Parts: sequence; structure tokens; C-alpha cells
Amino acid sequence: MLKLLWLMPAIPFSSSLLLVLFGPRLAKKTAALLGVGSIAFAAAVSITVSATFLSARPPGDVFTQTLWTWMDVAGFQPHIGLYLDAISLVMTLVVTCVGALIHWYSAEFMIEDEGYSRFFAYMNLFVASMLTLLLADNLLLLYLGWEGVGLCSYLLIGFWYKDPANGAAGRKAFIVTRTGDTAMILGLALLVKQLGTLDMQELMGRASDQWQAGSPYALAAALLLLGGAVGKSAQLPLQTWLPDAMAGPTPTSALIHAATMVTAGVYLIARTHVLFSLAPLAQHLVAVVGIATLILAGCSALTQWDLKRVLAYSTISQIGYMFLALGVGAWSAAIFHFMTHAFFKALLFLGAGVIIDAMHEEHNIFKMGGLWKDLPIAFWTFLIGGCSLAGLPLVTAGFYSKGLIIWEARTSQSGSTALWLLAIAGVLLTALYTFRMIFVVFFGEAKIQVGKRPGYRMTIPLLALSALSIVGGFVQTPAALGNIHLFAGFLQSALPSVTERTVVSITEMGSEGLVTLAFLTGLGFAYLLYLRKPRYAAALSKPPFGKALHQFWFTDWGLDWLYERLFVRPVLWFARFDSSDFIDSLYTGVARLSELAYRALRSSETGKVRWYAAGIVFGAVLLVSMVSFL
Amino acid sequence: MLLATILFALGLIGLLVRRNLIFILMSIEVMLNAAGLAFVAAGAQWGQPDGQVMFIFILATAAAEVAVGLALVLRLHRQYKSLDVDAASEMRG
Repeated sequence: MLKLLWLMPAIPFSSSLLLVLFGPRLAKKTAALLGVGSIAFAAAVSITVSATFLSARPPGDVFTQTLWTWMDVAGFQPHIGLYLDAISLVMTLVVTCVGALIHWYSAEFMIEDEGYSRFFAYMNLFVASMLTLLLADNLLLLYLGWEGVGLCSYLLIGFWYKDPANGAAGRKAFIVTRTGDTAMILGLALLVKQLGTLDMQELMGRASDQWQAGSPYALAAALLLLGGAVGKSAQLPLQTWLPDAMAGPTPTSALIHAATMVTAGVYLIARTHVLFSLAPLAQHLVAVVGIATLILAGCSALTQWDLKRVLAYSTISQIGYMFLALGVGAWSAAIFHFMTHAFFKALLFLGAGVIIDAMHEEHNIFKMGGLWKDLPIAFWTFLIGGCSLAGLPLVTAGFYSKGLIIWEARTSQSGSTALWLLAIAGVLLTALYTFRMIFVVFFGEAKIQVGKRPGYRMTIPLLALSALSIVGGFVQTPAALGNIHLFAGFLQSALPSVTERTVVSITEMGSEGLVTLAFLTGLGFAYLLYLRKPRYAAALSKPPFGKALHQFWFTDWGLDWLYERLFVRPVLWFARFDSSDFIDSLYTGVARLSELAYRALRSSETGKVRWYAAGIVFGAVLLVSMVSFL
Repeated sequence: MLLATILFALGLIGLLVRRNLIFILMSIEVMLNAAGLAFVAAGAQWGQPDGQVMFIFILATAAAEVAVGLALVLRLHRQYKSLDVDAASEMRG
């Protein structure tokens, strides 16, 4: 059954192709059937493959399927080949299953949109590219998928292209991530030059053979790959595109900008973990980037009034946790948090879609209120998602995955007390902004009459994802709470486990206790400020300092402002300044000359046949006399 | 040969100065026959059959040309209600 692996990316790709070619002529029902069916099929293939993989482990816990040789240039032979091991198995399973649920949801969510089939074409292409990225057996094919998902992200952010702001958001996302991608392709070039291959396993083997720990090549390669990962995963300093990406349809935000694509950077680093282990400095940088992003984005999330932007900043912040885990060498914890995050963040976005639909496209949370009575299913599922995001102890998936990361940030050899404390502070922030959002949206007095209520096609994915957001965490629990290590044990074949310090001054339960305390503090503050005494919250942002800080956080620490002045304007100025240089005038000169010749020759075209005949005669006489006299 | 040259020149002049389509077609016919005559005369001069073979070709070409040409003349007449060739000069650049 493992042989079916190639169907996983092939099916969504071909259905996307069909939708592109025949989409406008298909009935909405057919388009939905094709779009949702193909992803459901891919999910079925994924489940079958996983079941086979688990019941009869292939040798070395790895299954490879080489389809054909992509190119063969001077000994450099990347294959179109698929590589399935524990990491890609978990990732593809999450991507296809969550993807299928989100597609199902969008079948109803997008029903009134004129670009219905176009939407599914893009979404299917995205899933196909994402699966290519995850299953690629070499970095070049991975890069193909990497750019494919970037393209789909761009297309879907600008999906409602009639509003120029959406197009601008799409371009911003494309250009900012492309900055990271450029670093990444340079990294790939460096690896090919130094090690002569891009095949993932061979590359890792050669790297650990030829480079010692701390070698400058390993450091450069790891830093360049980190550049790509930072761009795609919206981490500091390239995170500015993700909040604007919320211009796309909500299912897109759920699938691409929360659950799957933005975690591609995490996947890339986990895949090339050997390189990062060889470059401890780069790995440490990953942890620093992660922790800085998670705090900064958490603060920004506190000040946003747009429901989807709160969620976007929370995504950035949660991916910061994954980067922190990668940075301290807790590879499987990062993948674990990826999985739980995919469940609860997809759930939150889908819930937000329901809310925004019911509120007549209103995004401002302060104009909503009291929704818990009118939208009970959305409320309960959103609450479950929010609790999982904030890490409600014992029952939610987010608690276990985040607790594991925080614990390993302390105990790992490359972790430290500072990272650990900041990560716990992050929990406080997360709880604060999550419950701020929930209290403001669902409690208080109702301000807008609820319009559309979700149908069963939208509620079933919500229920399924909330179930996953709860039970998804029970595959890996701390020693004192069941001591289950299914997840890490399964990933052990692909990712090394954490090298722990010998002496740690705190127990795992102590760490979990502090996390719980931080969660409760955040919840308490949110309750006080946004439910009990809203005027306290207003009072906080009244004084000049509070107001300035609010504004500063609201604009994402002024990064957009800085980039606008530092990069965008100089480049635009230079482009304008340089638009008529020497080379340019050469080409305009050629164009002018042809235009002149065209005008001259045009006047000879009179339409009078006898003049043409005379021309022929004249030419013939000229030719004959040239032949006979010269 | 001289006769052929004179005939060809007459046909050419007719083609250039006449405005009536029928006369233009006739002038082309004259030119074709002048060329044919030149071929036959040259064949006789050097005792080769090729000249006469070429004349047969020219006859066939001329027949086809007249057929197409007359059809075009008919269409043009329908279109413009005249046989003036300069009336059909709308295709200028």
C-alpha cells in the first residue's frame, strides 16, 4: 500500500488542473465535489499509507519512491522522488486531514462567491505543493513545493482582487517571503557546491562526515536555510507579511496562514537538523528568534481589534514556540506543537469565519458581543480552540505540546533559564490575548444582530477539529500525568531526542505548575480587564505612555514603518531615478528607429494595384540589369 | 524574339495605363503569350523541345489565371459597381 504514496500530491494537482481548465463551465456542485473530493481522497491515501507504515514498518522506518530523474547536469541528479519517514508521515497526515476538513468547510463558506471554482483550484494546488514539499526526498524538489505554496499563498491572499488593498497584501507577502527564499536558494547553492548533492539523506551524511561542529560552511548553510525558514514561517524580522495576509478568504487563512504553510520553515529546520547541530551558533539563533518573536507577536496581538489579525499574531507567536523548540534541540516537541497548533488554530480561524459571516463581514471585535447565546456551536468550539491555544491545563492539546517545549527549553543542553522564563511569560500573554478576544466577542451586550448561521457543512469540521484539539495532546504527556511517549517515540527514528542536562533544579511537574500559574494569571487579567471592568483596560491606554505603547504594539513594533523607510522607499526612489539610464536609452532607441522605419514604409502601401505592378516591373528591371551588367 | 519583346512591352504598358480590369487581364494575357512566344522561338533556335514544353505549362497557368481573375472581376464588380481598378484601393497602410 505504500506504493500509493505518489497519489497523495498527484490527485490534488490533477484536480486543480481540471478546475483551472474547466472550472468556469462547471456547476458549483461539481466544482465542490472535485475540490473537496480530491483532498478527501488524498487524506484517505494518507491514512492508508500511515496505517500500512505503522503496521509493517519498512526497513529503517523509511520508505522512498523514486518516480523519475528530474535533470542530469554534470553529475548533479535531483530525482522526483518521495521520501516518507516519521516526520513527513505526521506532517502529511495533519495537512491532508485538516486540509480536507477546511475544504469541506469552504464548500459552504464560499458558496456565494463568483470565484468558487477558482478558489478550489488554488486551494488544491496549494495542498499538492505542500505535499510535494513534505514528501520531497531532495532539497531541490522541496524548494519546488516551497515556491508552489508561496505562489498559492499569493494567489489566495489576493483572491478578491477587485480591492487593490488585497492585491497589495498579496504582493507584500510574496516579496517578503521571497526575501527569505533568496537566502534559501543561496544556501542550496552552497550545499551543492560544497557537498555535491541535494539528496536529503546523503546530504546530511556527507555534512556530518566532512564538516566538524562549528565549521564556517555549516554555519553559513544553516544561516541561509534559516533565512528561508524565517521568511516562510513569519518570524522576526520577516513576520510583517502575515497579518496583512488576512486579506484572503478565511478558509485560506485557516489552511495556509495558520495550519500548514507557515510551519514549512519548522519542517525545513527539522529536516536539516544535522546542519543545525553542526552549527550551534545558528541553532542558538533559531531559539533567540523564536523567543523574541513569540513575545513581540504576543504583545502585538494584545492591541489588535481585527479578529483575524489577533489570530494572525497568535500564529506568529505560536510558531515562535516551535522555533524555540527547534533552537534548543527539542525537535519532536516542535513537530508535536505543529500538530496541535494545526488543529486548534484551524479551528479558531474557521470559527472566526463563522463569526464574521454572522456579523455581516464585521472584523472589529469591539463591535461584536454577546454572541454565545446566538452562535452556541461557534462559541463552544471557539472556546475549546482558545483554551487549547492558551494551554488550559490537563484537558487540552495545547497544554501538553507547549508544556513539553517549555520544559525542554529548560532541560536541554542548549536551553537556559532565561529562555524558559520568557517562554512561560509567553503563556501569560497567550492566555491574556486569547481570553480578551473570547470575552469581547462572546460576552457583554450584543451590538450587531446575528445574520447568517452556519449550516451542517460548516459545523461538522468545527466539531471534528475541536475533538482533535482536545485528544490530539494525549499522545505525549509528562511523566507524572500518564507518562505517554507515543509521539516522541514514533519520531525517534527520524529525529534525535533531546540531550538533557544532568542537573536540573526543577521537576517537570514544577515547570507545568508554573505554566498553569501563568495561564491562570493571564486568564484572570483578561477577565478583570475585558469582562469585569472594561474601563480599566481603557484607563490603561489613556495616559500618553500607555497610548504610545499601544500604538507601537498595534503597528507591530513599528517594523512596517521601518521597512517602508529603510527598503521600500529607497528602492522605489532608485527605480524612478534609474528608469532612463544609458542601457535603457539604447533599447528605447531601437524601438524609436523601428517606429520611424514603419512610418516611412507605411506610406508606400497605397492600395493601388497598378502602382504595385509598376513596383514589380521596376524591381525586375533592376534585378535583371544587375545580373547582366555587374 | 523581337516580336516577343514588342508584345511583352505592349502588354506591360497596357497593364500600367489601363484602369479597366478586363483590359488589365487582357494585357496580362498578352504578356504571358509574349513569354510563351519567346520560349518557342528560343527552342527553335537551339533545336530543343524544352521551349515547347514550357509553352504548354504557360497555357495551363494562363487558363487557371483567367479563371480566377474573371471570378475576382465578377466579385469586384458586384462590390463596387464599376470595373475601375483604382476604386478597390481601400487596403492602404
